[in-house]
Amino acid sequence: MAAVNVLEAKGLTKIYGGVEANVDVDLHLDQGKITALIGPNGAGKSTFVGMISGRIAPTRGTVYFKGRDISQLPAHKRMQLGMAYTFQITSIFPGLSVYDNVALAAGLRLAHDKQAHDAKVHAVLDRIGLDDRADQTAGDLSYGHQRVLEIAMGLAQEPEVFILDEPTQGLSETEVDAFIALMKSIAGETTILLIEHNMRVVAALADHVTVLDQGRVLASGTFAEIHANDAVQAAYLGSTPHA
Amino acid sequence: MDFGPHLMLASLEGAVISAILVLTAMGLSLVFGVMRVVNVAHGEFFMLGAVLAWVVSTTLGGHPAIGFIGALIVAPVLVGCIAAGVDRFVLKRVNYDADRTIVATIGVLYIIQQSTLMLYGPEARPVQPPFNTRLSLPWFEFGENGFAMIWPWGLSITSYKLFVIFAAAAVLVALWLLLTRTRIGLIMRATQQDSDTAQAFGVPVGKVYSWVFGLGAGLAALGAVLVVPIQQAHYLMGGDPLLLAFIVVIIGGLGSLPGTVIAALLIGMSDGIISVFFSPTLAKIIATFLVAMVLVFRPQGLLGRAET
Amino acid sequence: MMASRKPLALHLGILALLLVLFFVLPAYHVGAFSRIMVLAIYAMGYNLLFGYTGLLSLGHAMFFAAGMYGFGLTTNLTGFSVIPAFASAMLAAGLLALGVGYLALRTAGVAFMIVTLMFAQTVYLIILYFGTYTRGDEGFVVQQAQRQLAGIDLTTETARYFTAFILFSVCFLAMAKLVQMPFGKRLIAIRENEERARMLGYDVANLKLRAMVISGVFSGVAGASYALLFGYVGASFAGVQYSIFPLLWVLLGGAGTTIGPLIGVIFMFYLIDISSGWTNAYMLVAGIVLVLLTLFAPQGIVGTLRKRGVAWLP
Ligand SMILES: Nc1ncnc2c1ncn2[C@@H]1O[C@H](COP(=O)(O)OP(=O)(O)O)[C@@H](O)[C@H]1O
Ligand SMILES: [Mg+2]
Repeated sequence: MAAVNVLEAKGLTKIYGGVEANVDVDLHLDQGKITALIGPNGAGKSTFVGMISGRIAPTRGTVYFKGRDISQLPAHKRMQLGMAYTFQITSIFPGLSVYDNVALAAGLRLAHDKQAHDAKVHAVLDRIGLDDRADQTAGDLSYGHQRVLEIAMGLAQEPEVFILDEPTQGLSETEVDAFIALMKSIAGETTILLIEHNMRVVAALADHVTVLDQGRVLASGTFAEIHANDAVQAAYLGSTPHA
Repeated sequence: MDFGPHLMLASLEGAVISAILVLTAMGLSLVFGVMRVVNVAHGEFFMLGAVLAWVVSTTLGGHPAIGFIGALIVAPVLVGCIAAGVDRFVLKRVNYDADRTIVATIGVLYIIQQSTLMLYGPEARPVQPPFNTRLSLPWFEFGENGFAMIWPWGLSITSYKLFVIFAAAAVLVALWLLLTRTRIGLIMRATQQDSDTAQAFGVPVGKVYSWVFGLGAGLAALGAVLVVPIQQAHYLMGGDPLLLAFIVVIIGGLGSLPGTVIAALLIGMSDGIISVFFSPTLAKIIATFLVAMVLVFRPQGLLGRAET
Repeated sequence: MMASRKPLALHLGILALLLVLFFVLPAYHVGAFSRIMVLAIYAMGYNLLFGYTGLLSLGHAMFFAAGMYGFGLTTNLTGFSVIPAFASAMLAAGLLALGVGYLALRTAGVAFMIVTLMFAQTVYLIILYFGTYTRGDEGFVVQQAQRQLAGIDLTTETARYFTAFILFSVCFLAMAKLVQMPFGKRLIAIRENEERARMLGYDVANLKLRAMVISGVFSGVAGASYALLFGYVGASFAGVQYSIFPLLWVLLGGAGTTIGPLIGVIFMFYLIDISSGWTNAYMLVAGIVLVLLTLFAPQGIVGTLRKRGVAWLP
């Protein structure tokens, strides 16, 4: 089956004052595949996904979702079309219970049907291992659990495209393993764009890797190709020879 | 009186209003600029200055000038100390959180205002100006014999009002020198730029905040001491200056001191001129509404530059 | 299910208590409670915006006044009877909230507070400017003849208490329901983390605007009820002080709680009532309470109880 383009970015550019955060970045996501976006700190990864999700207005460039130009849509409309986004810096509803956090995420689609809504929330919490903490206040959770909760919120949205900005940052090794398993289980149905620094995660998950450096696409290909790429080695992987 | 002399009279009145306004608004702007908080009780510090001016001048007695000079020294200092205390015991404890500071300073507003009502009473009380000669002003007319200087009846200003204009200008210059030429000013500007970094470089940010808050209130009090020989001291007199100072600070760009000065001149002059020719209520309605619209559509202020 | 029964029981219990109070309280306090219930409607409206949505307005008096003048002016100028006058009051408040919300909600934080303050000041000045109709600060009286509903004279103490009670009950239960619904949860989400709510796909701007309009209509209902039951319409109700009051009540009672507004109004009403017995500077109490609340109990009475173990409090 030929890969279907779910999401495509063309010539996305963001210039902050004089800083070129992104310059003419092209990228497309294949249906059901996991794409990893890697690159050193400050490369412009967060800026790029911010422009895709509608949080950041691009200086120029176009975003297509299933062939439709969504560049003019505000962020919430894009999410309504079937995207989900997790923040690099954990962003939950700290004063609400874990249950309510997930319920709000699922609520956009399911709020009209109380039973289905409740079932969905419990299913997600169960899957992610937070069911026994459903009544806890989210702000009281440990850092790792808060990150997991944010991923759970993304799941509860049942997105077609799931964008995760450094989701494993600060997670323990076992939590990282659980995350890898989770992503494997939803890939196929869900198209995933993953910003990741942990090469173990990239190696385990990515069907496709794009490397960003100083706001530009440096290389693009399978993990093996990227790993063998000298320019990438020099710019980024050079100092991390494991994996 | 013809239109020309009338306009000149209105402009002079406007200049007096501007002079008071610029001091009050500078205080508010300084506090916002350095501490990033809105002090809703600012008008009450103004009122306290006026009431204290009355207290000092009646206590001292003698020639009005003695009381006036006493008030000029005592009122701003005392009000500044009270404000520093408010900073220490209230604002510091809410961590200068923007919302909670507003709520807390609303509380302070009522505490000051109502305490004044209890101690000073509901009366409006006048303070004698130290000098008050009426100065007639000339007007030039282009008549049959070329330019002629005439003295229209009613075109005059008191020496005291002229003094107010010059005093405010002098205070402004002093403030400007303080901010740009002294170590204190340097420390204040450093704190304004980035309080965390300033703290790391050994600036006692907590103390700077107390001083700035005191200085801001002191400026309002100084304005009030100047105004009280023209307008009587009353416990509710803080409302209008607060609103006008808000307007000035918003138009001038929140926290921008040069913007504040220009906006104070603009608002004060137009207030003086408009209220001579139009209904003051209508003028206020239009001004208030327009200022709200400025905040909605140009939050950086009319004179401010957009941040990127 | 137990968890959701308790709040309902509490709400009904409070209403039952208010009903009983009529029969046990001395006349003075019956009058006081009529007023308290009307003001509590105002506080509840304010609470929806401040307590639930996290938007601190300093200009809600304009909506209260829109309801009050909407009612008072239509009865006096057009001779509308109670129901249509009340409806036009609600409409006036709702439309004003829509317009103000559309503009003011472009701003946030401190700018939102100042913008609402300025709009309210504009409304206040407009009331003064059209003194021919509004009689400015002095205000005007809604005649007894116009305060009749279905043959009942609403000016008697009993009718007044029960009308206030019915209006309060409807608003109280409606608000309790509203904040339980998905809509209410979404407002809370905005309060907790606006950016998160947006990135979950919620139209934050639209939700805020709807919250603003509902909040404005509740405030307008309170204003109209005040004019209807106490027969007086005056510009002081549009002044800054009446914008500060609901903030004070809600902070005192507990922001973002269903029963907090009522509790806040009761406490503040009696605090001011008692202190005005020995000084004319009765607003001093309000100032002290505001400062103490921000310093020591930002959660208010109900919020503090909730934290200290009564977690189910709605
Ligand atoms: N709001 C902003 N204003 C100015 N510069 C920004 C802003 N956001 C990001 N940048 C700059 O853009 C560049 C890319 O940042 P970012 O996208 O966060 O990188 P990454 O996620 O790859 O670490 C950095 O140089 C950063 O300093
Ligand atoms: Mg990043």
